[in-house]
Amino acid sequence: MTFKEVQEQAVAEWEALQQNQKPRIFVGTATCGRAAGAMAVLDAINKELSKRNIDAIVTQVGCIGLCYCEPMVDIVKPNRPRITYANVTPEMIPQLIEDYLVNDNPRPDLAMGTIGKGSVEGIPDFMQLPLLKPQVRIVLRNCGIIDPEDIKQYIANGGYSGIARVLGMTPEQVIDEIKKSGLRGRGGAGFPTGQKWEFCQKAPGKERYIICNADEGDPGAFMNRSLLEGDPHSVLEGMLVGAYAIGANHAYIYCRAEYPLAIERLKIALKQMEEYHLVGNNILGSNFNLDITIKEGAGAFVCGEETALMASIEGKRGMPRARPPFPAIAGLWGKPTNINNVETWADTAVIMQKGAAWYAGFGTEKSKGTKTFSLAGKISRTGLIEVPLGIKLREIIYDIGGGIANGKQYKAVQTGGPSGGCIPANLLDLTVDYESLAQAGSIMGSGGMVVADEDTCMVDMARFFLTFVQSESCGKCTPCRVGTKQMLNMLERITRGEGRPGDIEHLQELALMVKSASLCGLGQTAANPILTTLRYFKDEYEAHINEKRCPAGACTALVNYYILPDKCEGCMICKRNCPVEAIAGDRRMIHVINQKKCIKCGTCLDMCPERFKAVTKVSGKKIAVPSEPIPVVAKPKATQDTKVAGTP
Amino acid sequence: MANIKLTIDDKQVEVRQGATVLEAAKAADIYIPTLCYHPSLTPYGACRLCIVEIEKMRGLPTSCTTPATDGMVVKTKTPQLQQFRRGVLELLLTEHPHTCLVCDRKERCGPGNICLRSPNVTERCVTCAKNRRCELQQVFDYIELKEVTLPYSYREIPIHHEDPFFDRDYNLCILCGRCVRVCQEVRGAGAIAFTMRGSQALVGTAFDRPLQESGCQFCGACVDVCPTGALLERKRKWEGLPDRSVLTTCPYCGVGCQLELHLKGDRIIEVCPSSDNEVNRGQACVKGRFGIQEFVHHDKRLTAPLVKKDGQFVETTWEKALDLVASKLSGYGKGEVAVISSAKNTNEDNYVAQKFARVALGTNNLDHCARLCHAPSVTGLGAAFGSGAMTNTSHEIGDAACILAIGTNTCATHPVIALEIGRAVRQGGKLIVANPQQIDMVRFATLWLRQRPGSDVALMMGMARVIVDEGLHDPAFIDERTENFAAFKESLKNFDLDFVERTTGVPKEKIVEAARLYATNKPASILYAMGLTQSSHGTDNVMATANLAMLTGNVGKPSSGVNPLRGQNNVQGSCDMGALPNVYPGYQSVADPAIKEKFEAAWGVKLNDKPGPTLVEIFDAAYKEQIKAIYLIGENPVVSDPDANHVEKALEALDFLVVQDIFLTETAQLADVVLPATSFAEKDGTFTNTERRVQRVRKAIEPIGQAKPDWWITSQIARRMEAKGFNYENPSQIMDEIARLTPSYGGISFDRLEKGGLQWPCPTSDHPGTPILHTKQFTRGKGHFTPLEYRPPAELPDKEYPLVLTTARKLAQYHTGTMTRKVPGLNAIVGEERVDINPADASALGIADGDMVKVTSRRGEVVAKAKVTGTAQPGVIAMDFHFAESPVNKLTNPALDPISKIPEFKVCAVRVEKNGH
Repeated sequence: MTFKEVQEQAVAEWEALQQNQKPRIFVGTATCGRAAGAMAVLDAINKELSKRNIDAIVTQVGCIGLCYCEPMVDIVKPNRPRITYANVTPEMIPQLIEDYLVNDNPRPDLAMGTIGKGSVEGIPDFMQLPLLKPQVRIVLRNCGIIDPEDIKQYIANGGYSGIARVLGMTPEQVIDEIKKSGLRGRGGAGFPTGQKWEFCQKAPGKERYIICNADEGDPGAFMNRSLLEGDPHSVLEGMLVGAYAIGANHAYIYCRAEYPLAIERLKIALKQMEEYHLVGNNILGSNFNLDITIKEGAGAFVCGEETALMASIEGKRGMPRARPPFPAIAGLWGKPTNINNVETWADTAVIMQKGAAWYAGFGTEKSKGTKTFSLAGKISRTGLIEVPLGIKLREIIYDIGGGIANGKQYKAVQTGGPSGGCIPANLLDLTVDYESLAQAGSIMGSGGMVVADEDTCMVDMARFFLTFVQSESCGKCTPCRVGTKQMLNMLERITRGEGRPGDIEHLQELALMVKSASLCGLGQTAANPILTTLRYFKDEYEAHINEKRCPAGACTALVNYYILPDKCEGCMICKRNCPVEAIAGDRRMIHVINQKKCIKCGTCLDMCPERFKAVTKVSGKKIAVPSEPIPVVAKPKATQDTKVAGTP
Repeated sequence: MANIKLTIDDKQVEVRQGATVLEAAKAADIYIPTLCYHPSLTPYGACRLCIVEIEKMRGLPTSCTTPATDGMVVKTKTPQLQQFRRGVLELLLTEHPHTCLVCDRKERCGPGNICLRSPNVTERCVTCAKNRRCELQQVFDYIELKEVTLPYSYREIPIHHEDPFFDRDYNLCILCGRCVRVCQEVRGAGAIAFTMRGSQALVGTAFDRPLQESGCQFCGACVDVCPTGALLERKRKWEGLPDRSVLTTCPYCGVGCQLELHLKGDRIIEVCPSSDNEVNRGQACVKGRFGIQEFVHHDKRLTAPLVKKDGQFVETTWEKALDLVASKLSGYGKGEVAVISSAKNTNEDNYVAQKFARVALGTNNLDHCARLCHAPSVTGLGAAFGSGAMTNTSHEIGDAACILAIGTNTCATHPVIALEIGRAVRQGGKLIVANPQQIDMVRFATLWLRQRPGSDVALMMGMARVIVDEGLHDPAFIDERTENFAAFKESLKNFDLDFVERTTGVPKEKIVEAARLYATNKPASILYAMGLTQSSHGTDNVMATANLAMLTGNVGKPSSGVNPLRGQNNVQGSCDMGALPNVYPGYQSVADPAIKEKFEAAWGVKLNDKPGPTLVEIFDAAYKEQIKAIYLIGENPVVSDPDANHVEKALEALDFLVVQDIFLTETAQLADVVLPATSFAEKDGTFTNTERRVQRVRKAIEPIGQAKPDWWITSQIARRMEAKGFNYENPSQIMDEIARLTPSYGGISFDRLEKGGLQWPCPTSDHPGTPILHTKQFTRGKGHFTPLEYRPPAELPDKEYPLVLTTARKLAQYHTGTMTRKVPGLNAIVGEERVDINPADASALGIADGDMVKVTSRRGEVVAKAKVTGTAQPGVIAMDFHFAESPVNKLTNPALDPISKIPEFKVCAVRVEKNGH
């Protein structure tokens, strides 16, 4: 069968599936879905269908990006658009199946949106939802839509037409097209991809390697995992394109071992590629050969650094080495090697499918195309998004992310993971592209975005990221190995209220030295969280050091809980719930917290009835309270509102 | 390629292509501080102290990793760089004790001063054994750090004292990684690695087990490269700085490593490999690095001449002892006295010994233990090429595309040459190991051929047959440079692969693969040692290697050739000096009238033109009482020679035995007179290593007790016997005489050797020496192909003696153990005989690992502990000959190779039984 025939068959099958008279049910069973209980939901669906003897097609799909809505279930009935249901539980399933499949009631009250042609009354268009409208789904186009374990569904949606086209071109033409697309490395550094390929292609030597860096290690980042789980073929097709352009016959996917589902789906995908002559020798009948090996990572963050990654593939300890020589000249096994990140490879596939000009139509002048981000932290709608570069931070955080949860105040966003930096609220109108982020002191990184709100202490946040890089440093170069430890020590000291005058200057000096003198990207960026928080939130540092006060009230050592004598009614709820028996006081006695015993867990604050609000958390000041419990004096009656709130 | 020109600190610098910025700066005498950099290791870029500023380059590149390029402009000491360096160094010092470093009184602080600041001992340089030798101190001075403001914490890592020779105190470790890298990159051992990560990162062994369990060979390379006191030789720790150092040549194997003896008074406190030489380039092995001072200064050293009275040795004066020896030896008829010289002695000692035999005793009854190791190399390669020495130089081996290592356990016997094999493999070279035992080298071999002991001719002829059949030979080379190819080709007919497979036990496919690997990867080098020579057809084995090399044109070119690895430190030199029954120095035949005339003229006496008996024949003659007296210098035949029971009886049958040695060996105990000789550390002279390189041995300390240099003792006896020409004042004079009479040593003198070794042939005083032999033509003119036939070993297993015994050696012991067994650390590594026996044989005999077993041959029996191991070939057991209490040579077969007269140490038939005790 020629590839054209395969395509035709795949499209026909896909069309037939859409026209199918059976109902189809899609369950998002990527890792995020599974974490939220998707497998139990899937189980409930299968049970219910067999109980009712309903003939339906159940498909497991990848993540569509709305992690906060997981588990998600989509149902398609003939001649109806696909309807998405969010936060589905196994308990909801019998009713939903009865209502929609049996009684044809699509339950608009439970539905989130419709996907595809047509509409259903009372249910909005999914893609027009505020969180999806600003997004442009290029890399994620298939995620959550197609079955990631069926190569034909990928082919039916234009898949592998890119490599088919490429095989008719010269490698130079392919590189030229990638250059024209303006694609830059999505791993974070933003190096122009076409140029990178060209270096490797022109390097002397017979054997060449390409590598897909799937060692996504940033805390709070899960773009690559979702992509590999939801649409592995798009990455693999990109690798075929790149290998052809560069002249490589060997490829590795270095995937972190903590992504078992992604690895499993890659393995399935590779097997299917073999069936269709899309990998191995004489790919699609051409003279082009490529073998692809999956290499599971060794569990170190630093292995995401390209030279450490190659050392790890070679079976050595994952430690970076100095460049030059650059991998394009002497990489894996000393041979010219090109490494790109998962998303970059996926981008190249779609560029070759749809053309450079089309792709370059998105984004800004210097940062073309789209970028996926994972939104996490104190944001209302966590999840995976894809936006055109040049979008404003405000759109991401407020329009897509829905702002801060629980009505709190937005404070900052950390982009680029632990190597990135904090961007404060007053830069909400910053455009998200490589240059602007760098100018703000942060980096694009692979796309993690961790949002902080008013309760987040920025010193503590810097400390958190330092803890991470400190323990993930490979230990090779002095500034990173010892410098991160010393900086962390200082931050810990400051958050404990043991900061000293001069600490800020010393920290800044140390951070700059570590940044300038470290061997690899990990060390060179390890101090970024400190440098950006010092740049934008110096006042918080000063408050910690000079006033022994944590403005966000997050650093426990600098926080005290008090029971306000004028508000306490002596209800004993806080006393009963205090885990360390630090509260004294009987019924109708004003309670008093023994500050020496208090472990600052905040239980008293949480437990104190809303109508009293007698517990307060303060930092940097003392509140006058009785030294021992005294009787509650009569107070004016509580207002109407609080009475209502207090009534069961 | 043209050199690179760049500017460093406004200075114009010119360096070779490929040099780093750091190397360029060094070449221009510009200091850049470094800690992780080491010249013998690949650039690492970890300590970050060597950062520089380079115009048009981003950031602060490390000079150790950045290649120099044309027109580069480099600054090495800007205020910014110094500030960052101070920052980096301060970070290092937060984990390294440094109180003394930043002390303002350090200039005034002398050894043993009590510090008023009295910090904890773990925080001070003055309580560190590396004080004033520490590289951190040097770097500190350059960087001018004034104080360490960041908090210091002692890491409280338990110090490792559990291994022989050196301690590991990782509290002083700065993670430069030099030890890990040298272990991996240079030594190929990988016994240590980085463990943990982040601020917990450290150097360690797998699961933190002792080094002895982690594959450590105790070469000491890690200790040598450690910049701080983290790794230190235990015995040397509190010795302070040496008074002086003497460069000399290692007294152990034939590699000829150059060693620095560090001395305090008249005591050797440390022995370090020298890096400034062509031979060992900063490397040594456990014996040379840690196995010297303890035997040199051992309290069992002979300190006075001994005479045996009523079965007991009594100390006597030199005068009396020498008079006695001279008068006794004068009393025998010509041919009734034999001299046994020593491959451990200097060239000068050997020259004087052979001259003594020929001039004072008028006999060629003279031989030494080269007979037992490389006699077939002399006969075999002599016949094929015209010279029996290594055709090439050791350090070329690392650049070979293919190495055939047959019958050599190089890692154990020539550890520093084994590093070259490792280097070749790391560079992509193919390694074929042919050995019945699964030796260490098999670990990194491309192909392992496990031939049966004694089947080497069949194996190599089989390979030759494949090469000829597949047309992989080099016809041009064969036509131009060799003779007798047709007859050789004819003889290949007998070696069809079925026969070869049956005979050798090596599967046909492997033979074909080996032949192809060897013939198609050029240059290819053959290495061999006693696995080939110690055989009743040793000469045939050696000729087979020569045939292979000529067949493929692998002679006379760099990294090719046939390279017999000489066993002892001066086995090459003692042969060169003519301590042999048939030749004068330089392999000049005693039977050649013209040569006889030359030596008669030089020495002023009439000389005997009848070649004497060889070593084993001398003992036979003694046994038969045809030889009545032996003057034996520095050998221990009771342990080292085959059929040791017979040797012992022969020595007992003698009328008079003089033994000259540094210890009262098993052989010396049988002597009538024992003369105390100096060790290598107490005398001047030269050794010639396996690659024909003549190198100086320099006197480092005064002789122990009344010990005297061998050349002096022999000369004194000669003078008392009224022989002429023994009035030497020093070894330099002796070398001048050697040079006059030995064409290949014609250009060698002590003056020239001051600048480094010279490889013979070095015929004239302006000749640079010869690294590669037979480059334009063979020494004998045309290379000679020898048709060969397969002959089985002299003794094959049978019903009564069903197993084959082969003898072997261990890295940590040497020869009969006279020196190495005086070193407790070496004994801790290997301290007793272990009979290697295959699990299949062991289980058939009901033997478990560690059982005592009795090994019996037709000649004797020995009891030792069994080691059940897959490294032993089924049907073959292996024993060492280092241990006098289990003397394996009581079992070995004295059957001789008819040409070279070497006995067959490598094959004899034995029976193994479980022993009750």
